[in-house]
Amino acid sequence: MADALLKIEHLRKSYDGNVVLKNINLKVNKGEVIVIIGPSGCGKSTLLRCINGLEPIQGGTIKLDKEIIDSTSKSITKLRQRIGMVFQSYDLFPHKTVLQNIILAPTLVQKRDKKEVIAEAEQLLDRVGLLDKKDSYPRQLSGGQKQRVAIVRALCMHPEVMLFDEVTAALDPEMVREVLDTMLELARQGSTMLIVTHEMAFAQAVSDRVIFLDNGDIVEEGTPDEFFNHPKTERAQKFLHTFEFEHIK
Amino acid sequence: MDWNVITEYLPLYWKAMLLTLRIGWIGVALAVLIGLMTAVIIHFRVPVLRVVFKIYIEIFRNTPLLIQLSFLYFALPKIGIKISAEVCGWLGLGLLGGSYMSEAFRSGIEVIDSVQRESALSLGMTNFQVMIHIILPQAFSYSIPAVVANIIFLLKETSVFSAVSLIDLMFRAKDLIGLYYNTAECLTLLVVFYLIILLPVSILGTVLERRLRYASFGT
Amino acid sequence: MQALGLDVLFKGSNFLRLLEGLWKALGISLIAVALSIVLGILFGIVMTVRNPVVKAVCRVYLEIVRIMPQMVLLFLVFFGTTRVFGWNLNAEAASVIVFTFWGTAEMGDLVRGAVTGVPKHQYESAFALGMTKAQAYLTVIIPLAIRQLIPQSMNLITRMIKTTSLVMMIGVVEVLKVSQQIIEANRMSSPNAVFGLYLTVFILYFVACWPFSLLAKRLERKWSN
Repeated sequence: MADALLKIEHLRKSYDGNVVLKNINLKVNKGEVIVIIGPSGCGKSTLLRCINGLEPIQGGTIKLDKEIIDSTSKSITKLRQRIGMVFQSYDLFPHKTVLQNIILAPTLVQKRDKKEVIAEAEQLLDRVGLLDKKDSYPRQLSGGQKQRVAIVRALCMHPEVMLFDEVTAALDPEMVREVLDTMLELARQGSTMLIVTHEMAFAQAVSDRVIFLDNGDIVEEGTPDEFFNHPKTERAQKFLHTFEFEHIK
Repeated sequence: MDWNVITEYLPLYWKAMLLTLRIGWIGVALAVLIGLMTAVIIHFRVPVLRVVFKIYIEIFRNTPLLIQLSFLYFALPKIGIKISAEVCGWLGLGLLGGSYMSEAFRSGIEVIDSVQRESALSLGMTNFQVMIHIILPQAFSYSIPAVVANIIFLLKETSVFSAVSLIDLMFRAKDLIGLYYNTAECLTLLVVFYLIILLPVSILGTVLERRLRYASFGT
Repeated sequence: MQALGLDVLFKGSNFLRLLEGLWKALGISLIAVALSIVLGILFGIVMTVRNPVVKAVCRVYLEIVRIMPQMVLLFLVFFGTTRVFGWNLNAEAASVIVFTFWGTAEMGDLVRGAVTGVPKHQYESAFALGMTKAQAYLTVIIPLAIRQLIPQSMNLITRMIKTTSLVMMIGVVEVLKVSQQIIEANRMSSPNAVFGLYLTVFILYFVACWPFSLLAKRLERKWSN
């Protein structure tokens, strides 16, 4: 197999002595979609944040295509341009319109031609069905629309990997679908994605591989079919069980 | 009330008001600049400077402008620093105001930073780009109510300028009362002229605050 | 010492006189603060009344205080009352009146803000637990309001102490005036006295105000979460 696009080796992360990630080893190949699940507080979000260099790490290495991701180094902004990230909270810039939100980083950070970026942004917006909202301000959008714009904003940077940190967790149930559909579409087009989510049905549908994280460790790893239908470890079984309800009547 | 006296005094008050306005607004502009700079330095935890600016804030927030001005104008020349009365006014107001403004901007920067910094960083922006393009523009509008309140406070504080022998409205009023005993006219003019200075800012503040309440930040 | 004019400070009873001057200013602000707290709480409660006339009157009072410099108010009361009512108000009394008039409005607004600032769901959940109105206020609303109120009133006290320095402009012999007198008396022997004395006055005011600011910050941080 060719060299992995993203390679994490012996990653250790702690906050003031509290170990959050113990010894994470993970390889992500180009075009692969990986879903990370696990109970809250297991370190899934922290893992994504480390990959984007938003958190200093205490041990191990994270490499994107042979380049080491180090949150303290000067080159981190260069690497972040190659890694897109969408957060749980709607994080659009409220003082800029949808279009301005999208073109800001490509023109400011990547110094790309404004016209070309606008054309691309409009095309992407069209694909997620939001072209008519391009001059709206974020406060005029619904939660689901905001998250779709946030995805487009990250895509417009042409990232090699996309990180999704519980992007539907703060949404009303009826808006979850439109955001997940957008992500499914991306997966279909062959994007490399790391997704943290609590939407189990979506996880099963979208992923090539599932990582089960508990207590800062990768406890189980497998294809969605293996993991959801035949979990090997007791901890994974117990976790999946929390999504089921017994009939009481 | 003697209208002849009023029309006679009017030009004197007018001139005094222009002085108050000039020094007041230059002081406000300085205060905004100093406040912004202080807020950014403290926010970025710039070593050494951060401590210096924190001490500055505490000193100027906890002493009266009258004393600050007296010190600048009367005491500093004794160690060889001579500053004209008007420049003392700018400096005093700017430094006092800067210590208040910095707190206003800092809370704005903190609120915006906590929700927006990471998403901007994840797009590959540098810390500096994030500050200039994302945080400051929003922090500025977030801080507007506090900034307007501080502007009103500073323009009111100009009333102590007569202590360093600047011929401002207070000086004019006190002088004329002392000379001719036209107390009622002098005090009425004093109130009217301060209203001219402060009422527009106060009204503008109310309007801005009402408008901002509908603008949403973050979510 | 000599060059900076600090020697004058320790000549005779000079330092003691300065402290007396400071006490004069502080005394005025303490009386005004005490009155403002009591009257301000009352005013704040009045401001929460829904009657439009009461509201309008409160609003006008608050705006006057907000817009007029305290110096102008001092002049109005000190010079104006003599003229209009023929009172011969002394400067100290005029100062207490003005600072109380001002402090009551500011304090009242803080009280109003604190009471109306308690989130609605706090009232609702208190009532939902079956509490009476009195119980809800005593055990939930007032304690929550006080946590917002106390740091803010500490800051108001600092502002009132600072503003007291203005009384010198209507002739109260407070610390700045005393230091001017000392400077004047020692003009020949130590021409640099102005530096040492004004520096001292600066420090004295700082020492008087800083503890309140610190306490305000401490309490704010403690109660913020």
